[in-house]
Amino acid sequence: MPVRIDEIVTETEDKMLKTFKFVFLNKEDEERFQHKAGQFAELSVTGKGEVPIGIASSPTEKGYVKFTVNKTGLVTRYMHNMKVGDIMGIRGPLGNWYPWETLEGKNVVIIGGGFAFSTLRASIVYMLANRDKFKEIHVIYGSRSPGLLLYRDELAAWEAAGDIGMHITVDGTDDPDWKYNIGFVPTITEKKAPPADPDTYAIVCGPPAMIRFTQPVLDNLGYAHDNIINSLEKRMKCGIGICGRCNIGDKYVCKDGPVFTLNALNHMPGEK
Amino acid sequence: MKVIKIDKNQWAEGLAKLEGSYRMFGPVAVQGKFPEFRELEKGDVPNLDVPNTHLSAKSVVYPQSEVMFEYSLDEHIEDHHLLREIEKDYSPRAVFGIRPCDAAANLLVKRNFDSKEYRDPYWADSFESCVFIGHACENPGGTCFCTSVGFGPFNEDGLDLLLVNSGKGGFLAKVITDKGAVLAKSAGWKTEGDAASIESLKKQAEAKMSSKVNTDQLSKKDATALFDAPFWEDIGFACLNCGTCTYSCPTCWCFDIQDEVKNKSGVRMRNWDSCMYPLFTLEGSGHNPRPQKHQRVRQRFMHKLKYYVDKYQAGVQCVGCGRCVKLCPVNIDIRTVCEKMNSYQPA
Amino acid sequence: MIGYIDKIREVSRKLLTEEKVDMVIGYRKGSLPMMTEPCFVKRPEDVDTLVWDSNCRINLAAYLMDRKEKIGIIAKGCDSRNIINHLVENKIKREQLVIIGAPCKGMIDKKTVTQQFGQEIDEYQETEDQITVKGGGVEKTFQKVDVLQENCAICNHRNPVEYDELVGDLVEEQVDVDRYEDIRRIEAMDIDEKWNFFEDILSTCIRCYACRNACPLCYCPTCFVDESKPQWVGKGNDPADTRTFHFLRAFHCAGRCTDCGACERACPMDIPVRLFTKKLGKDCLELYGWEAGLNPDQRPPLDTFKPDDPEVGIK
Repeated sequence: MPVRIDEIVTETEDKMLKTFKFVFLNKEDEERFQHKAGQFAELSVTGKGEVPIGIASSPTEKGYVKFTVNKTGLVTRYMHNMKVGDIMGIRGPLGNWYPWETLEGKNVVIIGGGFAFSTLRASIVYMLANRDKFKEIHVIYGSRSPGLLLYRDELAAWEAAGDIGMHITVDGTDDPDWKYNIGFVPTITEKKAPPADPDTYAIVCGPPAMIRFTQPVLDNLGYAHDNIINSLEKRMKCGIGICGRCNIGDKYVCKDGPVFTLNALNHMPGEK
Repeated sequence: MKVIKIDKNQWAEGLAKLEGSYRMFGPVAVQGKFPEFRELEKGDVPNLDVPNTHLSAKSVVYPQSEVMFEYSLDEHIEDHHLLREIEKDYSPRAVFGIRPCDAAANLLVKRNFDSKEYRDPYWADSFESCVFIGHACENPGGTCFCTSVGFGPFNEDGLDLLLVNSGKGGFLAKVITDKGAVLAKSAGWKTEGDAASIESLKKQAEAKMSSKVNTDQLSKKDATALFDAPFWEDIGFACLNCGTCTYSCPTCWCFDIQDEVKNKSGVRMRNWDSCMYPLFTLEGSGHNPRPQKHQRVRQRFMHKLKYYVDKYQAGVQCVGCGRCVKLCPVNIDIRTVCEKMNSYQPA
Repeated sequence: MIGYIDKIREVSRKLLTEEKVDMVIGYRKGSLPMMTEPCFVKRPEDVDTLVWDSNCRINLAAYLMDRKEKIGIIAKGCDSRNIINHLVENKIKREQLVIIGAPCKGMIDKKTVTQQFGQEIDEYQETEDQITVKGGGVEKTFQKVDVLQENCAICNHRNPVEYDELVGDLVEEQVDVDRYEDIRRIEAMDIDEKWNFFEDILSTCIRCYACRNACPLCYCPTCFVDESKPQWVGKGNDPADTRTFHFLRAFHCAGRCTDCGACERACPMDIPVRLFTKKLGKDCLELYGWEAGLNPDQRPPLDTFKPDDPEVGIK
């Protein structure tokens, strides 16, 4: 589906991450694109290729879709040089989503790190727009330094809104005015995450190192593996479970994922 | 199920008649070397004397390099930067001389390209435009093991007509589907033939199959346990990751999507790709979940002999054609691997 | 050549028992007649799985890449030259290796034998000078020299160039072979003939990259055809792209290729890939007097500059 770039916001001070706001060229496409938080789409730049990027905007935000893109390769590098008004394409929404039906009426802890936070932003906006469907909401989000946090204005706005527990952290900073936590995400998780119970779910999304160290913390706190939800990344091309690239065991990350519970992951062959 | 007798002259006349209404495909010698499946030029006759081609017949339905879309990058054109569909020729195709293994492979691959959620139009339209005229194998090769994976030298899966050599350049043709019946009628093949002789030839061929592989325990094994088995390093050591196995295999389907631009216009194409290449799973961050050779070797065999079994509960993703065994430069044998996996007992 | 196997097993057993190496890389029996499979042996009791005959064609130097263990490796002439190449290019250290040298009179070409025999081969036997194949009720005997692999027939380095152990007596080197007769024939063609010739032989290439992957020298972390930033070569089967791949790969192997034949052996389409690499080899010999892999202390010609280098291209 063709889209036009409506706005580009540079999110981080190293300029490696930009959030693109896309507006659909055709109204029917916009109506057909109804997505759920947790899904991704293939962004297509003719002449360069496609990239699978998580959808950063929630389905409750109408009129546009947002993606936060990291400058990593051929297509993303070209995208970072594009201007407002340029035309691109989107294929989607693809993949499965965070299990919103299961999460209704429950406590949700969102644990994110670095720029994996984009689909988590979609989730938070969605939950806040449907606030009464959820009980307690906590967000633990960290990055290496303040300048590398995504969506900083929104983070502050959510904190001010009140009925959501925001625990922002950075690995380290020289900023004397920094009013939030300092420490790695796993450490903060240990301190601030709500206790485990069958009605509390954790959505964990971040770089492999963060997940490797956060998992033992959640285990210690007693979170059941069925209550831990992860989102995986893999090299993808077709995004619809046909080209065979992104499989883990008999599951395709693009079609049967990218969202899996930890219990499901435990039953899949160990290559990640 | 009708059986038609075709003698040498009727065969030649029939081919000439079909040229008008079908695009013809079949094995032809390329550059005087071994035959490969190609589109036949006018007047060409498919070479049915070969045991089997080096590369499988999958290139007829699923070409090695296929353009999917085109686009213009010229900002003066109205739909610049937008993908345009290109015209494809899905007029009826007659595919001659495809062996039962390759034909059955198409059905295996179909589960991937034409599932209930998604239908790949390029593959599916191409497949549906083909009429498959198979050629039964009276003398299975030493590396053939189709009977061990649920198929056989006279198997009918995926075929519309099955030709059996009846001597003196003639055939007995078994009509399997309506498409096949229509083609036989257009070719003017209508003499009644004897079905019983096909049966006895079939039994003889199946008895000649010397290679047997056991696959019965694969579905019962635990995928994670097989994945962590200790024999993968030994199996994968010799592998050169050359990719020949995947390219010659009729059931391997992985592909890559690429954009290529020349001046101001470009195409988005898809090409065969192989899980044997290190680049296959290389992520943008630089992380590669399968950096080592034996992990990729493991992936290929687990996918074919275990993941496919689990996913579709329809047997292994292998038709026993034996091409990978013959062409592998370091003699990694899927039959040996399959036996190892089938008999594996975790400690 | 036949009697080598006992010595190979003896040497390997000793090296493993005395822990001079962590593994021995050699060949084991293949599952098909006329094939062997490269393998590694880590325990002294497993050395009996090692075999040696005229089907040990694969270049074992391809398995040394970036390994950290101490390795005993069986090396024919061409393998030893590739090992020296690896040493010059720092892919492995000399101290890690125990080179078990195997003087070689040439490996037989499976494709030639199968073609000449005309049937599928069920059984294979060999003696010092002959091979006998059986299949479909027929039997035929060939003289080994008539069915050697093409690169073996013109080999001028049959003895291992460097070795720590030797499993057989050194053989006589072939000194009067014309290695480049076929290259000269192509060089003599006029320009249209040449163009058609190359277009013809590369028309069946399916870009599977088996030649590149089988080659012991092709170890670039990202091959130039896989680069995307920038993308040098297209990935489809456009003839210009295919020619670029083959010609440029030959250039990257210039002065390093030992004509081991792994590329041609791996190609599923029977493309005579060695023509390209041999042409570059001939150029190196004629311009710089250089043959790859003979001396671990010398840098290859494309790696160094000498003031008296011929400057054919610069007028």
